[in-house]
Amino acid sequence: MTHTGSVQRMHRHAELGLSDDRVVDMYKTMMLARRFDERGQLLQRAGKINFHISGITQEPSQVAMGFAMDREHDWFLPYYRDFAFVLSVGMTAKELMLSLFAKAEDPNSAGRQLPGHFGSKRLRIVTGSSPVTTQVPHAAGFALAAKMRKEPSVAIVSFGEGSSNQGDFHEGCNFAGVHQLPVIFVCQNNQYAISTPISKQTRGRISDRALGYGFPGIQVDGKDPLEVYRVFKEARERAVKGEGPTLIEILTYRLTGHSNTDNDMTYRTKDEVDSHRGNDGLPMFKQYLTETGLWSEEKEAAMQAEIRAIIDEATDYAEKAPFQSTEEAFRYVYAEENGEGEACR
Amino acid sequence: MPVIEYIEAIRLAMKEEMERDNDVFVLGEDVGLKGGVFGTTKGLQQQFGELRALDAPLAESAIAGVAIGAAMAGMKPVAEMQYSDFMFPATNQILSEAAKIRYRSNNDWDCPVVIRAPIGAGVFGGLYHSQCPESVFFGTPGLKIVAPATAYDAKGLLKAAIRDPDPVLFFENKKCYRLISDEVPEEDYIVPIGKAKVMREGTDLTVIGYSMPLHFAMQAAEELSSELGIEAHILDLRTIQPLDRDAILEAAAKTGKVLIVHEDNKTGGVGAEVGAIIAEELLYDLDAPIRRLCGPDVPATTFHAPGEKHFMLNKEKLKTAMLELARY
Repeated sequence: MTHTGSVQRMHRHAELGLSDDRVVDMYKTMMLARRFDERGQLLQRAGKINFHISGITQEPSQVAMGFAMDREHDWFLPYYRDFAFVLSVGMTAKELMLSLFAKAEDPNSAGRQLPGHFGSKRLRIVTGSSPVTTQVPHAAGFALAAKMRKEPSVAIVSFGEGSSNQGDFHEGCNFAGVHQLPVIFVCQNNQYAISTPISKQTRGRISDRALGYGFPGIQVDGKDPLEVYRVFKEARERAVKGEGPTLIEILTYRLTGHSNTDNDMTYRTKDEVDSHRGNDGLPMFKQYLTETGLWSEEKEAAMQAEIRAIIDEATDYAEKAPFQSTEEAFRYVYAEENGEGEACR
Repeated sequence: MPVIEYIEAIRLAMKEEMERDNDVFVLGEDVGLKGGVFGTTKGLQQQFGELRALDAPLAESAIAGVAIGAAMAGMKPVAEMQYSDFMFPATNQILSEAAKIRYRSNNDWDCPVVIRAPIGAGVFGGLYHSQCPESVFFGTPGLKIVAPATAYDAKGLLKAAIRDPDPVLFFENKKCYRLISDEVPEEDYIVPIGKAKVMREGTDLTVIGYSMPLHFAMQAAEELSSELGIEAHILDLRTIQPLDRDAILEAAAKTGKVLIVHEDNKTGGVGAEVGAIIAEELLYDLDAPIRRLCGPDVPATTFHAPGEKHFMLNKEKLKTAMLELARY
């Protein structure tokens, strides 16, 4: 490397305003999500839990998204693979494990919903459902509320590339575009909607759709979390300044089946999947940290041990935790205390 | 007490709630500058500004979905569907989202949204400006559904809906907008959701229904009373979900003869559930089979006048059915 005078070249993360501690935290969060995901798959195969859906390979970009946002003010509307995203905005491995085991203490739904259906008002993570893309107009609604109340909040909503064909994607984008609302629309394009490849979902580029709604659309490589962080940071700044929404398409690849119930070898080859294994952003990020002098094999070993302990403890705790009682499980169809009248059950 | 039109009662309810609470706002197609295609939101944008009387793009799922998001964020949105015939694109948002948000989040999140939609035929609207979609939403736990017949109830129920912590579908009858006027107090009041109201006391037969057809029942009842001395007892459900079971059973027990009336299709309509409630609880107190007088099981009314006339309920149809039951 050529040094000019005494000025030393800044590292990429420093140029983006990320401290050394923050960028290391990003890596730890990605790895926690990866190990959590692997444990989820194991628990499902062992028959300990009934369902698992994986976000493996999408963790680097999901964590970068979360780190670019403001946890005090922003609203988070994740989709079902966003385990790393919700970890990066404050959910714990123990809370997610309680969701995998569908236990009463699960903050997402007390075990009422499938894992991957996140929600926590405390963490500003908005409750989601299974019909895909319904959360996109909700994000516009959260952003509209922020605009009306003059709050510096941005709504960030994610979905897959298959979902981007739903009417709610288009209706939500259009509404947010018309009213210049502070929303970041995130398409996590992992190339497959269950078995259907992107070539059978759309002929165009997802990010280009933003043009139709009058706001910027950006494609970013999901393997490069620092670049992902940069585009989200910029999109967030534009949003809080009143400059409207941004659509960001994260390019990634789904290495696992859709969920544990899906045998992906019925629609793609092992060779194809294996050819993508080298494109994993997680070891690349470790490499970056090592090159910048922030990371070492000693630190890696310590972190892995720490994560192992966290996940073991979470698994043990969640496995032993009680289910919501059947009496409790059917409450809250309506508010139980209605100031204006009697409780309605 | 001033007598005002049903449509004015709806407009005033929104205006007064917007004055009372800054979190209340309305959105929908043409609700802003124009004040709505029927005029239900007239003057609101002038008084409250563009954001609080917001002209939405022509996309019903977004109108509902954005309102649901804003409601989860703590606002009190009133979303207008221009005609209930056009609310089906929003059905997924209403059934999968609004209705389930509190339940699926174990009471962590709530969704205090109101969705208003005009129902009913009789204005030469043809197939797609005339439908009654209640049965599509009826029976979905998590939703409350109201359908007022009078100006008094329209105002009081809309205010109650806006203040309610859960999603409320407000089905207003477009034929009632300018046809129905009644006394409405100037001071603030609400009509509680979930409570039926006895419209007329009687001892010979009971009519149970909601919305516009009740006015035909009232007219028929007056004629049966003066002409034949037959006294009909008439119960306005006002809220169709949750149904006021106690009021239904009390009204049915009073005469032992029940005619259920609504403009929505007979098959799978609200009347089927009302009939089932009575059958479950009161079968041996009945003096006649439960009868239903409803819209025919066709997709919707026709545009041409003879077809629409044949489709619609009216005073004569009510009178015939009521007399038949009284004489059973």
